[in-house]
Amino acid sequence: MTALSQPVADVPVKAASRRPPRRIFHTIDHWALPGFTLLAIGYLLIPIVVMIIFSFNDYQGKFNFVWHGFTLQGWLHPFDWPGLPDAIKTSLLIAVLSTVGSTILGTFIGLALTRYNFRGRGAINGLIFLPMATPEIVMGSSLLTLFVNSGLQGGMLNGIVPKGVLFPLGFTTILIAHIMFNISYVVVTVKARIAGFDRRLEEAAMDLGADELTTFWKVTFPLIFPGVLAAGLLAFSLSIDDFIITSFVSGTTNTFPIWVYSVIKNALPVQINVVGSMVFLGAVLIVGLSNIRQARANR
Amino acid sequence: MTGPSPPLRRGRTGPSVRQRVGKATPYLLLAPGILWLMVFFILPSVQMFLTSVSTGSLDNGFKLTWSGAAYVTSLTKFGPQFENSLIYGGTATLLTFVIGFPVAYTIAFRGGRWKNFLLFMVIAPFFTSFLIRTISWKVLLLDDGPVLSFLRALHVLPADASVIGTPIAVIAGITYNFLPFMILPLYVALEKIDPSLIEAANDLYASRWGAFRRVTIPLALPGIFAGTILTFIPALGDYVNAILLGSPQTQMIGNVIQSRFLLLGDYPVAAALSFILMAAILVAVSIYARALGTEQLTG
Repeated sequence: MTALSQPVADVPVKAASRRPPRRIFHTIDHWALPGFTLLAIGYLLIPIVVMIIFSFNDYQGKFNFVWHGFTLQGWLHPFDWPGLPDAIKTSLLIAVLSTVGSTILGTFIGLALTRYNFRGRGAINGLIFLPMATPEIVMGSSLLTLFVNSGLQGGMLNGIVPKGVLFPLGFTTILIAHIMFNISYVVVTVKARIAGFDRRLEEAAMDLGADELTTFWKVTFPLIFPGVLAAGLLAFSLSIDDFIITSFVSGTTNTFPIWVYSVIKNALPVQINVVGSMVFLGAVLIVGLSNIRQARANR
Repeated sequence: MTGPSPPLRRGRTGPSVRQRVGKATPYLLLAPGILWLMVFFILPSVQMFLTSVSTGSLDNGFKLTWSGAAYVTSLTKFGPQFENSLIYGGTATLLTFVIGFPVAYTIAFRGGRWKNFLLFMVIAPFFTSFLIRTISWKVLLLDDGPVLSFLRALHVLPADASVIGTPIAVIAGITYNFLPFMILPLYVALEKIDPSLIEAANDLYASRWGAFRRVTIPLALPGIFAGTILTFIPALGDYVNAILLGSPQTQMIGNVIQSRFLLLGDYPVAAALSFILMAAILVAVSIYARALGTEQLTG
């Protein structure tokens, strides 16, 4: 990326020696900054383009690394690799369940933090911030020690949690971990939405005789719903893509990223690119459509 | 509540909502999520610390002996890996800032009607798996891959140049993977700046550079803080880039933790390493927050 930035960085320096100052800023504003931004976005998109192109590769041998020619074989057999369909199912199920769980728990916390005064707010804020400031590897490994410990004699959770729930590792432990790391992101997203919220609307509803629950469902919830939805989408995407934490708590259960990682040691099947491209194009389509709908609604 | 409700208070209703709400409500809202974080974030951290001062093996169980042996091993044997993490993570964070700031600045101030589209391009990488993107970089950076072939054709690189397996590849991968985490918070902070503040600085005879340095940068500090933290912390704990793009010589501390936990079953040393990493990060973040004077940002 240094190679990319050099030609652009040179422009203002050269210009400085020749032109009067105002022209420099004109050059920066109109050429250097936009040009640099486009280069940077190109840099961000290159691997995705490679992924999509190589999903059509008629590769030889086991590794889909070198271009050999165009074929649709990968797209005609997108899930044709041992373990892949199961991994995708597990990933989707975990993502849906952890999104629902963390969005509910996180929205509650977000509401409590923005709507009520209570003691210990600072400590709660700190507790929410900590998981985001902790490297995934630390969270994953500490969960591993807890789960393994619950299966050992004299372990902290041994006796409290029924045997077989947390250890051996598997679906349940992955789900627990995903809800855990998603909560903070949901809280932050929902809080940002509630912060810009006119509380007099609720007061007006209550003054007009609505009780608390009615006020919540008829006034508060519709107003914060976009924030809750955004938080849910964020949680879903974090969950479905998580590798590091999952790798510590998955045991022998495969999610899609774990499956990819286990397969690429011995082969690089084109199906990885095909599924990756499907997810990418699907997500782009969903976001694109919702943007169009919103643009229409705003008109 | 459908019965006759008590007469509603007239006039200023600010505190009335809160008065009608039971005092327990915030705690009830907080309880499930906070409990989840206590059991699956705080408790594992405690367990990890206890594991780090235990002795034993996975087969025979671990016994709490308050032995510091794991810490001695961690601090004496893994200097190079800690150093690699710090250098790769630090360099990558710096590079994401150097690349990300102009991009965020351009989108925030010059984006115009393209703003949303450009932001969408910045987050587009999130729509594919982090692992697959990193594999794409491997395809790109292979010795006879497109990037090296191109640079060789331009005679920028000698014929035997190689990138895969070097620190450069690992740093490039980390920079790539975390660039959106830098751009987004920078954009949010820059977007909030009222352009009339910068105009005011110009009206008061600040040069463009002076206004940038003394108005834009200080107002962007929260974004700089968030961006560097969101990049540096995961970069420090990352091991996927080092495995896929590096070589045994480019191992980071995450690689050691991962292999000790998942391959060697050497829990005490692995837990000690995780704990040291976590402690170092907490200390660094608090010093950094104080240095930038942005402590209130964590809330």
